[in-house]
Amino acid sequence: MTGLGALFLQAALVENMPLTFFLGLCTFLALSRRPGTAAGLGAAMIFVLGVTVPLNHLVYRALLAPGAWGWAGMPELDLSYLSLIAFIGVIAATVQLLEMLMDRFMPGLHAAFGVFLPLLTVQCAILGGSLFMVERRYGLAESAVYGLGAGAGFALAVVMLGAIRARLAYADLPAGLRGLGVTFMLAGMMSLGFSAFAQMVAQ
Amino acid sequence: MPPPAAAAPATTPAAPTVGLSRQRLWRALTEPLLRQNPVTLQILGICSALAVTTSLAAALTMSAALTAVVVMAAGIISVIRRHIPPSIRNIVQIVIIASLVVVIDQVIRAYLPDLSRRLSVFVSLIATNCIVMGRTESFARRNPPLPAMADALGNGLGYSIVLILIGTVRELFGAGTLMGRPILVSVDAGGWYEPLGLMLLPPSAFFLLGFLVWAVRSRWPEQAEPPDFVPPDVAEGRP
Repeated sequence: MTGLGALFLQAALVENMPLTFFLGLCTFLALSRRPGTAAGLGAAMIFVLGVTVPLNHLVYRALLAPGAWGWAGMPELDLSYLSLIAFIGVIAATVQLLEMLMDRFMPGLHAAFGVFLPLLTVQCAILGGSLFMVERRYGLAESAVYGLGAGAGFALAVVMLGAIRARLAYADLPAGLRGLGVTFMLAGMMSLGFSAFAQMVAQ
Repeated sequence: MPPPAAAAPATTPAAPTVGLSRQRLWRALTEPLLRQNPVTLQILGICSALAVTTSLAAALTMSAALTAVVVMAAGIISVIRRHIPPSIRNIVQIVIIASLVVVIDQVIRAYLPDLSRRLSVFVSLIATNCIVMGRTESFARRNPPLPAMADALGNGLGYSIVLILIGTVRELFGAGTLMGRPILVSVDAGGWYEPLGLMLLPPSAFFLLGFLVWAVRSRWPEQAEPPDFVPPDVAEGRP
């Protein structure tokens, strides 16, 4: 179990999606104006990543991996080049499901997300989670933990950035630095802070 | 997100006169290079951009791959734009883009295996790059192939400029090399330059892009302030 716990921490802190892999930056920057929206995005990320990574793991193992069709008499068949398209399909379906559920049960949050929820379909962090899962050959339990951890790390980072930006709304910045520019600087400083977590795996 | 200026006349797909069309082509190609740069103005496509800029070679490969994908996707989607039902256009676009990305990924894997390993999953992530979706969704879907491809090429090159700029700075100051060849001879190799290790770490990419955005927005002040970022009661706190 310590292995899985360590994997969770590693996915959440050491390999933080937006801050060390630069994944999902579009939504990370665009939806972090207010901590409330940021928290909603973070929750959605945890859910979508936690569901899609193990789901894609099953799809990959059952249909796409080299040798997956061995039972059908085609052991040489290697469909792994199709994994990108298959993963996008699974993610799109999951996001659609999430959107319908949110529309039904949390209309306020759904309205707050507006256009950005469909964008989670083409969110680099979510697709990246599945691709890393394949590249690192995680098992089913590992990929579930990895997905949840990566989502939690994204949520942590985006809520923190949202909180800092909410405070900075009253700061008197140079005109060119306002908005996007200073957000990059903030993300850079947060990334600097998160890089201290790299020591955790080293030991 | 401000709509790009080039997309304004997009609602009239009827072909204008030749001279005007050439001018429009040129505008569609050059506007996104600096003024309407997709990265600095619209925060598009940085997702996979920063991770690959630790070396210039990786940045160049990534730029070429993205430019090829966005141009081809824009061309294909623009050709079949009258046959895509609007309700499922996102799915159609994603499938086309993802197929192109698979092809490019296989090509890079076959001919540049070292770089492919270094780029890891980031070539595949072009499929979710906001620039590609953004251009097909906002421009190629409503324009004939030639302007659509010019616009896509402009945006691809605009992205490439940013990537190459950051890649150059990070590799030059982080390792003292360019394209793997030593420019600033490092101390380890008996030279004088102490490599700035921070440049190879993630934070520096954020800082560099932040400074780049600052520079671009100081040059074109009209881009500076996103209107909804005005603090609510500025006047109150000031004399």
